[in-house]
Amino acid sequence: MKVKMLSRNPDNYVRETKLDLQRVPRNYDPTLHPFEVPREYVRALNATKLERVFAKPFLASLDGHRDGVNCLAKHPKSLATVLSGACDGEVRIWNLTKRKCNRTIQAHEGFVRGICTRFCGTSFFTVGDDKTVKQWKMDGPSYGEEEEPLHTILGKTVYTGIDHHWKEAVFVTCGQQVDIWDEQRTSPVCSMTWGFDSISSVKFNPIETFLLGSCASDRNIVLYDMRQSTPLKKVILEMRTNTICWNPMEAFIFTAANEDYNLYTFDMRALDTPVMVHMDHVSAVLDVDYSPTGKEFVSASFDKSIRIFPVDKSRSREVYHTKRMQHVICVKWTSDSKYIMCGSDEMNIRLWKANASEKLGVLTSREKAAKDYNQKLKEKFQHHPHIKRIARHRHLPKSIYSQIQEQRIMKEARRRKEVNRLKHSKPGSVSIVSEKKKHIVAVVK
Amino acid sequence: METAPKPGRDVPPKKDRLQTKKKKPRERRNLEPQRSVSGAQDPFPGPAPVPVEEAGKFRRIDKSKKLPHSKSKTRSRLEVAEAEEEEISIKAARSELLLAEEPGFLEGENGENTAKIRQADIVEAVDIASAAKHFDLNLRQFGPYRLNYSPTGRHLAFGGRRGHVATLDWVTKRLMCEINVMEAVRDIRFLHSEALLAVAQNRWLHIYDNQGIELHCIRRCDRVTRLEFLPFHFLLATASETGFLTYLDVSVGKIVAALNARAGRLDIMTKNPYNAVIHLGHSNGTVSLWSPAMKEPLAKILCHRGGVRAVAVDSTGTYMATSGLDHQLKIFDLRGTFQPLSARTLPQGAGHLAFSQRGLLAAGMGDVVNIWAGQGKASPPSLEQPYLTHRLSGHVHGLHFCPFEDVLGVGHNGGITSMLVPGAAEPNFDGLESNPYRSQKQRQEWEVKALLEKVPAELICLDPRALAEVDVISLEQEKKERIERLGYDPEAKAPFQPKPKQKGRSSTASLVKRKRKVMDEEHRDKVRQSLEQQPQKQEKKAKPLRARPSALDRFVC
Repeated sequence: MKVKMLSRNPDNYVRETKLDLQRVPRNYDPTLHPFEVPREYVRALNATKLERVFAKPFLASLDGHRDGVNCLAKHPKSLATVLSGACDGEVRIWNLTKRKCNRTIQAHEGFVRGICTRFCGTSFFTVGDDKTVKQWKMDGPSYGEEEEPLHTILGKTVYTGIDHHWKEAVFVTCGQQVDIWDEQRTSPVCSMTWGFDSISSVKFNPIETFLLGSCASDRNIVLYDMRQSTPLKKVILEMRTNTICWNPMEAFIFTAANEDYNLYTFDMRALDTPVMVHMDHVSAVLDVDYSPTGKEFVSASFDKSIRIFPVDKSRSREVYHTKRMQHVICVKWTSDSKYIMCGSDEMNIRLWKANASEKLGVLTSREKAAKDYNQKLKEKFQHHPHIKRIARHRHLPKSIYSQIQEQRIMKEARRRKEVNRLKHSKPGSVSIVSEKKKHIVAVVK
Repeated sequence: METAPKPGRDVPPKKDRLQTKKKKPRERRNLEPQRSVSGAQDPFPGPAPVPVEEAGKFRRIDKSKKLPHSKSKTRSRLEVAEAEEEEISIKAARSELLLAEEPGFLEGENGENTAKIRQADIVEAVDIASAAKHFDLNLRQFGPYRLNYSPTGRHLAFGGRRGHVATLDWVTKRLMCEINVMEAVRDIRFLHSEALLAVAQNRWLHIYDNQGIELHCIRRCDRVTRLEFLPFHFLLATASETGFLTYLDVSVGKIVAALNARAGRLDIMTKNPYNAVIHLGHSNGTVSLWSPAMKEPLAKILCHRGGVRAVAVDSTGTYMATSGLDHQLKIFDLRGTFQPLSARTLPQGAGHLAFSQRGLLAAGMGDVVNIWAGQGKASPPSLEQPYLTHRLSGHVHGLHFCPFEDVLGVGHNGGITSMLVPGAAEPNFDGLESNPYRSQKQRQEWEVKALLEKVPAELICLDPRALAEVDVISLEQEKKERIERLGYDPEAKAPFQPKPKQKGRSSTASLVKRKRKVMDEEHRDKVRQSLEQQPQKQEKKAKPLRARPSALDRFVC
């Protein structure tokens, strides 16, 4: 007879010395790992609960301004530097790692309406209510020098916004019309306008760098071409847009922060329908900024909260609020896509984590593996009702919560009336307009 | 302010169309045969051969199930997931090369019947370490014994009818504890590890430490005849003489469910390791399947003409072996149809049944133990010829295969016998699940992790993968509710709008003609479909018109 018994040599399974690692042989046969799906479900539930336990996004509050913070700007080369302009004309440069103010400049008399940095990072521009555009050095005055702008341009009308080109020595200001300036000249290279009202903000496209978009008070968003010095097309919405922001990863996508509590993501090539309507705020949306990954953006609103939206979803994934934070005027997402800074009415700039339960700093390889596994588990089981309930749960301040309930009732009433109109009229006489198209009034080329 | 990265040389320029990006599964590029510096060519060109049969066991997506009609985005994501699973199953099958151990085997030479081979012969022919695994404990004083191996297979606990309880590490023969509980012991089970022991005594259920210290006396579980432990749910199932099946959660110490089986005294119980369902055998020949979530049995299977005497389920949950008072031993298919696959008449009814990890079936009939084997791991044991037999010194009272060793433990009137059964056990264990060579630290870590991922008792059902399936009922319910809410169906096909064309092809008449063409095409499709459905309806109507069934119908071939 031929016989062989299963006989293991313990030397192959037990470690030799106390200083060795333990040996863990693996066999991935599914029959040795029963209940895969329920065990992973329980792990996903635990991961979701722990995510809520560790969700502590608030990092720091930068104190110093003596009036509401009106605008923020990022330094293109240094992650730790941020510039802010306040409503009393003061510009401050902060160091985020030390959470201190490096430099204070009394830049303008009146509001600092806009601030932008040059692409090389050596200087920055500010515009204010005193009809001037000033260029300052980033470094700060050396010993014996006075704090003075490199360059001052006096204009005839109030400028309300400024943005610098991403590659060339060109910047654009907006006020009564959109002016494109060369840094060496004191008068604009060209002025463009379409419409009769003042323009509140202007932004250059970071990828197709000759394109710019502007928002005007007559409820339209106009796109311009710098090479031909003409406006390209415009889209008219139901209410005024406060700002727009271009997606840093997709050349033709931009998001507009509108007064009707929504944000609209447009594809520049087809302006008649927005790609997505983002509805979650309960008051006017004042500012929007994209993450450097191009997958998410953050919006600041007059209801005292900031929300983070994914680009392809219409609901926010996160809301940040504090009792001390009043109306949020401006918001920026840092260039390493990890932090969010917001400047608000009560003179403070707050620093938040973009992922609320993320552990900061360098992670060991085991921590990274566990984090990736938990992320994938949460994603796999996100639609199960218990897990969805826990992942979605956020505490909201009473004002926002009651506003949400009220607006839901109003929307429901409107919808019911529309459905009734549809049901009780001759088929074909009442056209069904999709939710996305409802907010667009016209597109003009 | 960095610009977007410029595309490389091989990337085609971006198309200026509004296209949703489709993620295609990665294609394998066929490389030309590699040439080395010496000029020698690879004797086995191309990628390594794909082990198709082994890759099959790593696939989890059931491709035969039809999903409800979904959007193109969902469908494309499903395609990507299926392609990924294909790749991964091939890689996992290739990694089987790294498994160190081979299963045991016993083959007779020159047409020798393996059933005639005695244990003594096997012990002589095998190496010393394996020979030491065969031992006999002569314990005649304290009554017939029942035994249980711990989940890793390293420790053994046995209890005699007259109260003798002992736990030992049977490989090193180191005794951990030996006590007499001064009461009849009806069944004994290890809990999740070798540290805790549950003993069903005459009156109540007791929990002991492996040092023999009594930890708990659970008075709610009285007159328990059988115990089963569900390791991933931390549930101890007890079947009692009063007819109640009680589930006790040993991690929090609560009774999760006490189900009245309504079938009198419960004597025969076994668990299905694949889906944690408890099988109870009854005296009317039925086996009922129970889950703590439901008050009624999940299923009832009629197995035997007389009472059922023993039930066993294999480790993959595919086959159930039952033996009854009608001297039959039957194997049923549990996944799919609950039909008998094979049956065999035994001269003496089998009072105890046990399956091994690799699908060997052991039956204890009187003082003889018979073991049947199948072709491979996936096939049921063939009941024609037994693989091994052994005669013991007393009547069999308990059978349990040791988890990762080729050993069958038998508890009988005269004590405990450890039999050698080559090829019974899974040779390669997974170190993170149950590791017989684990240290104290590893056991503690494993215990914490197992407690954290303890599956709630409500999730026990016949299909353990139910959570990963699409909930078709809720999906369709949601669709209906959305249509009601919006007043129209957002996913209904929009009526065809002919695109305006150039060069005079866009006059009113031609637009109407194009619309008509599309409408006629759709009408034709509908008519075709309804014609296909009609003969099916006619068949259904034709059935009740046949003559009444008579007793002679069974003679019609």
